[in-house]
Amino acid sequence: MPNGKEVKKMLQGKKAIIIGERDGVASPAIEACLKTVDATPIYSLTQCYV
Amino acid sequence: MDLEDQGLLKRVIDENGTDNVVVILGSPDEESARVYAETVTSGDPSWAGPLAGVSLRLPVYHILEKEMRDEIDPAIYEEHVAMMEMVLDTEEITRAVREVREKGSDLG
Repeated sequence: MPNGKEVKKMLQGKKAIIIGERDGVASPAIEACLKTVDATPIYSLTQCYV
Repeated sequence: MDLEDQGLLKRVIDENGTDNVVVILGSPDEESARVYAETVTSGDPSWAGPLAGVSLRLPVYHILEKEMRDEIDPAIYEEHVAMMEMVLDTEEITRAVREVREKGSDLG
């Protein structure tokens, strides 16, 4: 299992596809988090089931 | 994932390739997390959409996984994610995504 350092290495400088969900964590929230690890969103959507 | 979103995602991958790409989920439960994770690793499990049979093998994580939480700026995480972490079944969700990710890495 990767530790935190390894995951950070995986995220830094990476292109991120974000699949958020309104009833969970929405994409804008995930994007805000990824900015702190220098990952670049290339596709972002928030699923919404009503 | 609906068919339109699968098509858009496929187009993004066609344009960017799979190198240096990771997928981050925000699904609210174990079932939806597993479906999305499978869609971006081994292909659409419902075999209905453009990603049916398409093994993208993308590394997939859920934003609630401890390893990710530990690396994100704590203030930003607290502001945007922490509340949902308390509400959702984090253990089941992250277990499902980890299982699919590890299985996906064995695909070849």
